Amino acid sequence: MSHLAKDMTPDVKWQDITPGCNIFEGGTSAVVETGDWRTMKPVLDWDKCRQCLLCAPVCPDMSIPVGADGKRQDFNYFFCKGCGICANACPFGAITMVKDEK
Amino acid sequence: MGIRERLSGNEAVAFAMKQINPDVMGAFPITPSTEIPQYFSTYVDNGEVDTEFIAVESEHSAMSTCIGAEAAGCRAISATSSCGLCYMTEMLYVAASDRLPITLAVSCRALSGPININNDHSDAMGVRDAGWLMLFAETNQEAYDNYLQAMRIGEAVGLPIMICQDGFITSHAIENIELVEDEKVKAFVGEYKPRHYLLNKDEPMAVGAYATPVYYMEAKRQQAQAMIDAKDVIRRVGAEFGEMTGRTYGLIEKYMMDDAEEALLIIGSSAGTAKEAVNQLRTQGRKVGLIKIRSFRPFPAEEIAEALKNVKAFAAMDKDDSFNAHCGPIFAETAAALYAAGISAPKGINYIYGLGGRDVRVESIQHVFAELEKVAATGETGETYRYLDVRE
Repeated sequence: MSHLAKDMTPDVKWQDITPGCNIFEGGTSAVVETGDWRTMKPVLDWDKCRQCLLCAPVCPDMSIPVGADGKRQDFNYFFCKGCGICANACPFGAITMVKDEK
Repeated sequence: MGIRERLSGNEAVAFAMKQINPDVMGAFPITPSTEIPQYFSTYVDNGEVDTEFIAVESEHSAMSTCIGAEAAGCRAISATSSCGLCYMTEMLYVAASDRLPITLAVSCRALSGPININNDHSDAMGVRDAGWLMLFAETNQEAYDNYLQAMRIGEAVGLPIMICQDGFITSHAIENIELVEDEKVKAFVGEYKPRHYLLNKDEPMAVGAYATPVYYMEAKRQQAQAMIDAKDVIRRVGAEFGEMTGRTYGLIEKYMMDDAEEALLIIGSSAGTAKEAVNQLRTQGRKVGLIKIRSFRPFPAEEIAEALKNVKAFAAMDKDDSFNAHCGPIFAETAAALYAAGISAPKGINYIYGLGGRDVRVESIQHVFAELEKVAATGETGETYRYLDVRE
């Protein structure tokens, strides 16, 4: 029986879940999808984005990755909870919050 | 074969603790369990054990101490009573759901109010759904024997365990007792070797995780399975203990039940009084018997249904009240056990008795059997929710 966090998916059966939901490794927040808490999601208009990077540091999670080229990439929806702070911080109106459809 | 002694129930439990030499005790005093950490602190001070004795500021902290210690990989113990157990309640649930096999000695006492320090089962029954294994003792000997078996049972299924006895009645009364030799206790209880523990540097670990709705119910179902699995473990450990001492234990004890037509279900020290009542009535030719429930959690539903299936009438004796205008917990769970087994013939009544130290006499139990005789003869239970020995 696996004790790895990556195997504790929403499909895990009661026989296979770790006792007490205990966690047996570090850094497991990277493998846990918290994006499914979201009701609104940010959408980037690439034409309006000036790459000023005011959005990336205000993200409370790790949903606005910045590449080695110093430019922000698209949202990481695996972690984005749709808080909207990035949309509020954007001086160019490049980020719009839209209803998330599952 | 064994060591003859005379000990109070509290002293017997403290002595069992000394023989086991656990790693950590979270200790806070409350009547009538105070003597347990008190005796044990003497053993600590004398160097007879090397337990870390942590005197805390409340029962909530006592149980929190046990949770931290057990999660770290230690054997952790505590003792409490009454409102102390209530104050632990939040952490009792955490201990069970974190699957930490802590051992808690409970000297059962009434709850306020009116304020009362004497025995009934309101404290233990109040936390009966916290997910703990719960064994009850009739005598000092059983309190001692149950304690020696506790860790084997709890650690096998990954659940905490309460060893309950009746406050003052057994906790403070001195009885003859047969102790097990130290080396035999050590061999029987063994060392605690958890598969996973916080202080294992080779396996980083987190205990007490948050579970969203997609995980919570699977975690609880797994916890429920541990309680189901505990039934076999209790029987197995009780049988092994019997091989060592001659005193074998199961989930229930049946007394004069083979041909019984009227029966009591009872927990704790009053079972001894009830056995005397059964003996006296047997000399008069009455076919009476009793079932003593040793394990309340897990609840031995199948065993009780099997034992009751041929009786005409039974009385479930509850030493606490659920205040549901209906019945106490033993009656409720016994009735559910019979219904689930498809057994409807036995007529059942419920007595709330012995609250706040109200004396339970042989005559009290004889009165119950007299009522059962009427129920058996007429097939009519009348009011099923009754109070015993209350002035009216």
